[in-house]
Amino acid sequence: MIWNALLLALREIRRNLMRSFLTILGIVIGVSAVITMVTLGNGATRAVSDQIASLGSNLLIIRPGQHLGPGRDSAGAAAFKVADVETLKTQVSGLAAVVPVTNKSVTLVAMARNWSTGVTGTTRDWFATGKWQIVSGRIFNEAEERAGAAACVIGETIRRELFGSQDPLGQQIRVKQFSCEVIGLLASKGQSTMGNDQDDLLVMPLRTVQRRLTGSIDVASLMISVRDDASMDIAKDQVSWLMRERRHIGAGDNDDFSVMDTRQIAETLSGTTKVMTGLLGAVAAVSLLVGGIGIMNIMLVSVTERTREIGIRLAIGALEREVLLQFLIEAVALASLGGIIGILLATLASIGGAALMHVPYLFNPAINLLSFGFSAAIGVVFGYVPARRAARLDPIEALRHE
Amino acid sequence: MSEPLIVLSGVTRTFGTGAAAFQALRGVDLTIEEGEFVAIMGPSGSGKSSMMNILGCLDTPSGGSYRFRGLRVEDLNRDQRALLRRHALGFVFQGFNLLARTSAQENVELPLLYRGETVEARHDAARAALAAVGLEGWGHHSPAELSGGQQQRVAIARALVTNPSLLLADEPTGNLDTERSREIMDLLVALNRDKGITVVMVTHESDMAAYARRIVRLVDGKVESDIRNAAPAGVVPGAH
Repeated sequence: MIWNALLLALREIRRNLMRSFLTILGIVIGVSAVITMVTLGNGATRAVSDQIASLGSNLLIIRPGQHLGPGRDSAGAAAFKVADVETLKTQVSGLAAVVPVTNKSVTLVAMARNWSTGVTGTTRDWFATGKWQIVSGRIFNEAEERAGAAACVIGETIRRELFGSQDPLGQQIRVKQFSCEVIGLLASKGQSTMGNDQDDLLVMPLRTVQRRLTGSIDVASLMISVRDDASMDIAKDQVSWLMRERRHIGAGDNDDFSVMDTRQIAETLSGTTKVMTGLLGAVAAVSLLVGGIGIMNIMLVSVTERTREIGIRLAIGALEREVLLQFLIEAVALASLGGIIGILLATLASIGGAALMHVPYLFNPAINLLSFGFSAAIGVVFGYVPARRAARLDPIEALRHE
Repeated sequence: MSEPLIVLSGVTRTFGTGAAAFQALRGVDLTIEEGEFVAIMGPSGSGKSSMMNILGCLDTPSGGSYRFRGLRVEDLNRDQRALLRRHALGFVFQGFNLLARTSAQENVELPLLYRGETVEARHDAARAALAAVGLEGWGHHSPAELSGGQQQRVAIARALVTNPSLLLADEPTGNLDTERSREIMDLLVALNRDKGITVVMVTHESDMAAYARRIVRLVDGKVESDIRNAAPAGVVPGAH
């Protein structure tokens, strides 16, 4: 009987194709909105955590000043020195590397082309700590690092912008008043989730940047990688304690620097995207509900329109529950059809959107099933009232209905 | 003699209550035997339709009793009456009442669908019923593509397909011209004669009532006359 009712329902849907399509449009939009929002949101969350994880989960980043929001301005906090690096290395146990980083914005000139970018001054450990790969050439050696040699390693974007199809290795790049030789090319990391190009960078020994570009011995930030067998929390505490002592901070005073670990950053960022995902999903769910009301509306109209048909069915011996079931199944079939079309649309929209937003497309079976189930449930809930109205019709009245 | 198919005794039907109450049937006694062809005649407002609804188990009497094969219909609930209609009755209406945008074949199959018959059984029975009303090969046409006479034939096929004991026809020729009306009446007569189906027909045209072997005249909700028609029209042997 269920099978017959389903057959009847599908026949009815096919008979009124245009109306059926308009009826389910709300469900289609609702389902596809929910799934697309949640899928893209999940993709963004994953992208953020992937990016942080690509740095390694055992990384500490220390910057001068506190970045905790209004009223706790960090202006005036002293920069770090190279001596801090040495002290941290020798006095804190369990550290794999302590990497000083200094940045400077410059305009590069080579092959009669120029390009504005940031120069990163650092040590050899930076490459391993940041998980960078070299595609060709090499990184600067210890002697070059110590001497502050004019040697640089460039990212993929700089190679493309300055050298085009030519081999950049051995070429000179003019950076302000001096030229440096390209000795290596970094493997591309692509765009970050926040939309900035991670390959737009030029890396030089710290000393070269300090002497020739910034003219100071300041270090902007420190990256510390903790050994796998050591505890992150202990390392973090020891680093904070040591830095407080070196920066002469009194017992009751706040730190004038911040130590963040990558896991913490990842949690903060993905927490934000998760909240966004939830909000967008909730808004989309409302539209799904509106779609359900649309179904009820059309089903009520349909019952009125088909009063005579219902009368015929009752006269030839249809039971009340059979008519109820017919209309209920019709509503559920419509809503489910809307759900299926919505899922297909959402899949296309999610793949397209993920490509546009540079986030991974993650097929989420749970949200697809949930949306489908929810739309079918909407069919039951909003189809019940019209179906009951149809089933309760008086066959004599219904047959007389014009 | 076995139990009559239909026994109405003192059947009344009142619509509304109090001062606005209207009595459509005021105590009808009627017995119809299996295999009869009865025409119910009467002016409008005489209670023909009310009687038809009660005979068709679409309605129940306000008073009195209706026994269908000894079964007290007024004691049945809505679903039980639906089952009775499904298994024992066939309806033919003045307005044909076919499902629009549905092929003749599907229309005829409809009652079988509710009986839960298999697809093949439905197809075969519907094809046979269409053939019996002279519409062989017209199964794929929708009602809009058929003439009035053909539509009424489809409706008769739909009523026949379940092999009912009683065929109720409510002004079956009301929407048809004389020629088409004769064809439909000949068909009903043939069904009654050849298949032994009891036919009860409501009409206000005496031409059509003349096909019946018994004519019951209702006036003001009561049986005014009940006449046997010795020479029904259209029952000329070999003329069919």
